[in-house]
Amino acid sequence: MAKIELTRNRFLKSILVNRYPQLAVFIVMLMGYIFAILAGLIGTPVGSHNFSIVFVWIAWWAILILVAVPFFGRGWCAVCPIPLPGEWLQRGAALAPSDKKPKWLNLRVPKMFRNMWLQNLSFLLLALFSSVLLTTPNITGIVLAAMLFAAIGLSMVFERRAFCRYLCPVGGFIGIYSQTAPIELRIKDKQVCANCEGKPCYNGSSAGYGCPWDVFPGGLTKNTYCGLCMECIRTCPHDNIAVNLRPFSADLAKPSTRMDEAFKAFIMLGSSMIYAGVLLGPWGTLKDAAYNVGTSAWFLYAVTFLTLIFIVLPGFFTLGLLQSKSSLSIKQRFASFSRALIPLGLMFWVAFSLSFVLTNASYIIAALSDPLGLGWNLFGTADAVWQPMLTTLLAPAETLALVGGLIWSARTAQKAANEVKVSSIPVITYSFLLTAIMLWLLL
Amino acid sequence: MNPRFSLLLFGIAGLVVAFIPLPVPSSAHQERTFRIEAGQFSYSPSELRVNTGDTVTIQLVSNDVVHGLYVDGYNVSVEADPGQTTTLTFMANKPGSFRFRCNVTCGAMHPFMIGKLTVGSNNWLYRSLGLAALAVIGMLVSVKQKA
Repeated sequence: MAKIELTRNRFLKSILVNRYPQLAVFIVMLMGYIFAILAGLIGTPVGSHNFSIVFVWIAWWAILILVAVPFFGRGWCAVCPIPLPGEWLQRGAALAPSDKKPKWLNLRVPKMFRNMWLQNLSFLLLALFSSVLLTTPNITGIVLAAMLFAAIGLSMVFERRAFCRYLCPVGGFIGIYSQTAPIELRIKDKQVCANCEGKPCYNGSSAGYGCPWDVFPGGLTKNTYCGLCMECIRTCPHDNIAVNLRPFSADLAKPSTRMDEAFKAFIMLGSSMIYAGVLLGPWGTLKDAAYNVGTSAWFLYAVTFLTLIFIVLPGFFTLGLLQSKSSLSIKQRFASFSRALIPLGLMFWVAFSLSFVLTNASYIIAALSDPLGLGWNLFGTADAVWQPMLTTLLAPAETLALVGGLIWSARTAQKAANEVKVSSIPVITYSFLLTAIMLWLLL
Repeated sequence: MNPRFSLLLFGIAGLVVAFIPLPVPSSAHQERTFRIEAGQFSYSPSELRVNTGDTVTIQLVSNDVVHGLYVDGYNVSVEADPGQTTTLTFMANKPGSFRFRCNVTCGAMHPFMIGKLTVGSNNWLYRSLGLAALAVIGMLVSVKQKA
């Protein structure tokens, strides 16, 4: 399938270039985010009746992992409210650039942090406490507030969106999974960028800001670090930026040598399997261990979690890669083949989320009318009874997601194998074994 | 072999694995009674196995707060007050694996208070594993064809 340039549509392009539609969405999102913080802090401590838990961990999560990431890549980042207050303060403006110089320190992020490792750590930090985070409103409120203040703090010290690019626990996995999405922002003609004076897409101009994600669009080859903020469409003086519709997982055909991204794939894959076992499994001991933070059982859970992600899963993967001979180093093969785990991991998350979301979605209806759990009945739905949805379709949908993910992963492994001239069979076998475990956990 | 023909062949095999009727082992229908203790946030026992057609009676005992037990797929439920036993009886006439879960908000981990009921054999799991194996074989054949 060839690419289709969506920005040829004048109406769509005018919406993307105009700052007001985006600002309107941002303001609604920011209000929702602040309300989620307040609901977490002052609302009922019963998670299933509190807006912060129901709308963040059920509604938002469902939209993010079942729709936004698979179909729009970093589409969520384009409307995420977390960086806004910091960015407004950093710029000294909420809309078009002013003549004022950048505010605050405006430092460059140190080179050692310009990778995905901090995002890997921040995700793991939340993941280890996830049983508490997902179920306790005030903890969710505190974490949401902490993310907002961290983004503000980093905007005061560093240039551009340092929080989104290097620290956001969600941004990291959206980034690697966005490579599978059928949407991309790319330049139209490389030569135009090469000859462009001043590179306003990166450095900014009177038409807009330099790339908040610290990316030069002329060198963009994958979705991972493009936040779809549309700033470069506004600043490009040559109309050389396009938003394209493309085949799924187009970016995964490109070589990768980055270990931070490779380990992100393992972190996400392992986390989805652990969550499927701990949260959706019938084993009460595991749930107790995951929930009772600070106890010896929790420490054992945390050690097991990290061992699985950093040693067991990558270890077996490496053993598989060692079975075939290659002139490439094992590190290169590891990074290259880890791309095959990106569609697998995404579909593991889809399968896990289907079960979690369909079972708990009915809480949304009640929480709409009584978001703080204070006995309100705004829309007359506060007494809606909990009822799992579409349970008969759940198992076939999970199978479709997991087997589809396996096929997708195997095809990606084949492409990587062609590129590095190594057999894909060990990686396909590895993906099959993990899929079999996930099927057993979910079905 | 022509790649399109291989694809068609694997597609047909996939449909067979997914939908072919499997023989149901015949066993005398029994009355099965389980006493399940519910406490924050687990059931004991948490995994039940019965034969298709059995009449299942669950005696639910709550050890701490009010708990419930709702069986996915069967859409039946029961609630138990602390220290009290309530009973749920239903005919296990749908084969497969079903989660049962607490349907009364009982604390923080309430949405994850889950058990598992297996009626007959969990054929959907075996079919899914078969589909996954078939997918892998298909990919390996395609690797060989390209080599």
